Amino acid sequence: MSQPFYVSPEQVMKDRADYARKGIARGRSLVALECADGVLLLAENPSRTLFKISELYDRIAFAGVGKYNEFQSLKIGGVRLADLKGYQYSREDVTANGIANAYAQTLGQVFTHEMKPYEVEILVAQVGSEPDEPNELFRILYDGTVIDESGFTVLGGQAETIIEVLKQAYEPGLDLGAATRLGARVLGEGQQTAPPADQLEVGLLDRNRTGRTFRRIKGDELDALLAG
Amino acid sequence: MNHEPVLPAFADTGSSFVDLLRRVAPDALPPTVMGQSSQAFEITHGTTVVAIRCEGGVVMAGDRRATAGYTIANRRIEKVFAADELSGVAIAGAAGPAVEMVRLFQVQLQHYEKVEGEQLSLEGKANQLAQMVRANLPAAMQGFVVVPLFAGYDNRRRHGRVFSFDAAGGKYEEADYQANGSGGVHARNWIKASWREGLSPDDAIELAIRALFAAADEDVATGGPDLVRGIYPNVAVIDADGFRPLSDSDVAARAQDLLGGPARGGNETQGPQSQEREG
Repeated sequence: MSQPFYVSPEQVMKDRADYARKGIARGRSLVALECADGVLLLAENPSRTLFKISELYDRIAFAGVGKYNEFQSLKIGGVRLADLKGYQYSREDVTANGIANAYAQTLGQVFTHEMKPYEVEILVAQVGSEPDEPNELFRILYDGTVIDESGFTVLGGQAETIIEVLKQAYEPGLDLGAATRLGARVLGEGQQTAPPADQLEVGLLDRNRTGRTFRRIKGDELDALLAG
Repeated sequence: MNHEPVLPAFADTGSSFVDLLRRVAPDALPPTVMGQSSQAFEITHGTTVVAIRCEGGVVMAGDRRATAGYTIANRRIEKVFAADELSGVAIAGAAGPAVEMVRLFQVQLQHYEKVEGEQLSLEGKANQLAQMVRANLPAAMQGFVVVPLFAGYDNRRRHGRVFSFDAAGGKYEEADYQANGSGGVHARNWIKASWREGLSPDDAIELAIRALFAAADEDVATGGPDLVRGIYPNVAVIDADGFRPLSDSDVAARAQDLLGGPARGGNETQGPQSQEREG
């Protein structure tokens, strides 16, 4: 029986991580901003039907970049987990923290056990229900690493460049229009121009709503916000 | 080593929450067989509910009384629920399974919408509810009958629609209105006498409240307006703007305006007052 070549575990993990990172970096970026009206999510997305930003639960949204079929199956898994938990316990027992942990477990297992890691980076965002209750932003990497962010976060593509810009330009408590314009502007970093309105996918976890707080901002409303 | 995924992401259940529950948590589904006999104990029943199509949508209303035999089990039970933004469901029959069915139905519709990225059609929602009623048939045979009314705004056809169901899961679209429950026949007759095409939502609300009063007048298991405790029917309007329940104070004001009108129905005094007898 022939002996397989020895490859050190460090090398295996590094190869997998490089593979996943390359896939993610090919995609376009996605920005999440906390603002006065809740949590605003913006992505450059030419499609009107294949969404990167979705509703997970009453106060929780999902966003993903990278390979569409992979983050889409993660989204559906999150919806299932949230609906099951909410049905079996209570709607208020469904939290971004719990869902982010399940994602971390799943991505970690896929990263170490499957043929190929997921080429995705995802975000689980939750808007606070009380005026002084903080929002929560969990960024989860392809290998299951969870990062608890506050203020803003950027996924995929040009993330590092955009973060540098946001560090200068972002301030807490922006109104919805200012946050939308800032998000659209920074998505254009590293490109010729900011993406036009019809290439933008925008979702808001609306602090002023009760029940299901997620809504999509599009059409005339988006045009008006972008125009200021 | 166990590699079971933490997320139920790979279960082959499509966009159905009921199928998902059956796969991962079958005990959480409503039971379909309840044991041998329903005669040994009293089942709590919810009673009169109505749905009336009006201009631009539909009005749903229900009384507040739940009974177990001759006992009033609850004076303030709610029988009209939002199924999702554009539809509502009103329950008649055994209260426990009915409330459970509504809860499952609400999650089922929302689950579909979140997984698929778009809402079911109104017809699709009605069919989903019909399947749940049919799944309840074994329980219905033992006395736990659930016969909901389903109504909503059809945003493809741009008008309100009303659906009723039988215990076997049969789904019937009603042209204009329907009333269910033990007081349903009285409510339906009252509506029949006044319904007309193009009824305004306000007139439909008034008609619904009157019909419930009429039903409560004739049927012991239907709760009438309770002026002492301030209990009035649940009323909701569903139109292009969505499902909007009326506030208690709004319904109270409308109900009090109607009391003393024709909804009293006569028969409450000793008869004609003209011949005074000497004592």
